[in-house]
Amino acid sequence: MRVGLLGLQGAFLDHIPHLERCKVTPVVVRDVQSLASIDRLIIPGGESTVMAKFLREFGMIEPLQERIASGMPVWGVCAGAILLAGQIDGSRGIIDALAISVIRNAYGRQIASDTHSIQIALLGLKEYPAIFIRAPRINCVGQGVTVHASRDQDPVFVQKDRMLASTFHPELNADDVFHRYFISL
Amino acid sequence: MAREKINKGFAEMFKNGVIMDVTTPEQARIAQEAGACAVMALERVPADIRKDGQVARMSDPGMIQAIMDTVSIPVMAKVRIGHFMEARILEALGVDFIDESEVLTPADESRHVDKSQFKVPFVCGARNLGEALRRIDEGAVMVRTKGEAGTGNIVEAVRHMRAINEEIAALKGMDDHQLAHRAGEMRVSLDLVTKTRDLGRLSVVNFAAGGVATPADAALMMALGSDGVFVGSGVFKSENPAQMAHAIVQAVIHYQDPAKLVEISKNLGTAMIGLENKVLEIKMAERGV
Repeated sequence: MRVGLLGLQGAFLDHIPHLERCKVTPVVVRDVQSLASIDRLIIPGGESTVMAKFLREFGMIEPLQERIASGMPVWGVCAGAILLAGQIDGSRGIIDALAISVIRNAYGRQIASDTHSIQIALLGLKEYPAIFIRAPRINCVGQGVTVHASRDQDPVFVQKDRMLASTFHPELNADDVFHRYFISL
Repeated sequence: MAREKINKGFAEMFKNGVIMDVTTPEQARIAQEAGACAVMALERVPADIRKDGQVARMSDPGMIQAIMDTVSIPVMAKVRIGHFMEARILEALGVDFIDESEVLTPADESRHVDKSQFKVPFVCGARNLGEALRRIDEGAVMVRTKGEAGTGNIVEAVRHMRAINEEIAALKGMDDHQLAHRAGEMRVSLDLVTKTRDLGRLSVVNFAAGGVATPADAALMMALGSDGVFVGSGVFKSENPAQMAHAIVQAVIHYQDPAKLVEISKNLGTAMIGLENKVLEIKMAERGV
């Protein structure tokens, strides 16, 4: 299985050790051509404005939307969740594939970034130390979106069909439980 | 420890990105639109600091605040080496990252800021493995080459990146006794040296800085193993800052693809005027060992 890592900017290489332990092949995706060669895609943490800019400039948005619509599993982490969202800060989203609304940097600047213990029954995790870094807030989820975990009242890990979004960073922790789940979709 | 993990993780998010020096909210907006993953807010770019020859200090917090209010990407700002009070002020202001920088005039000739005492993350410059590991031991969660800021000459950044790479490679063949000796030489903990040997790279994100003036320079530093690039004077001292900024960001994305680098490098206008090493009156890289 070839798992794409959107490689326009950010922490995409951080997923490689997880994927290798899951015995799948990581493929860095920087253009439309490599997008055609993958079985699923992780959109990593980083700066959403940078990734959005180059997704547009490199003509990757439509091909990506088509692949997602035809059932390719995709997982957005933090900035990746922002890119997948239908609505960003009240405006139309970028990839606009997942019916969630997000507010960028809603928890504050880096000084406010923190670890929160969250429970994820789906993955059998009782006290998972989720790392939030200048995280977006999911303030609304649409029909058919399942909320797997929340931080206080806010959804932080959601799924619709074969689309996942997490506003925290599982790739910064040592375990592979999120990657295994994504690969199983 | 938990804070260190969050701050190290934050630095990971800058990877494969370009951090640009800006002196006004307008420049910050241009940098963001060009694809910068963060901006460094400062009153004068290194090329002007070098020209002025005056004491260079932390920038006016009001000016930094104006830039924080203008862009949505993270904002960094510089403090003088060892000036923990400037660092306290910037932390209270809420900047996302502090650069304890040799570009400013050092405040303490023998000590750096004890960065482990802060909640805000720090980046520091290094010329070699010893400097890099000492800064990490002090609590830096990101390292950059010092290069020679404000010169538009990449030679020092290359020297520093190669030195770090070669010194890490040399750790590979060492037994425990030699490793302990090396840790002593560098005045750093054996733990950190062992960890660095096992990883085969620094345990924190390592960027290139100090002399990057063209897309080719940025691509060169990526090819030498940089996790990303700082551009100081190289953007806003060039003829067409917005175009140059955009080209440098693309060069970091496509550094392995010379055909794309051709297109990226075309018709950008004049890059910043470079200065040869031998004409420099001040070697900023020698500050803060």
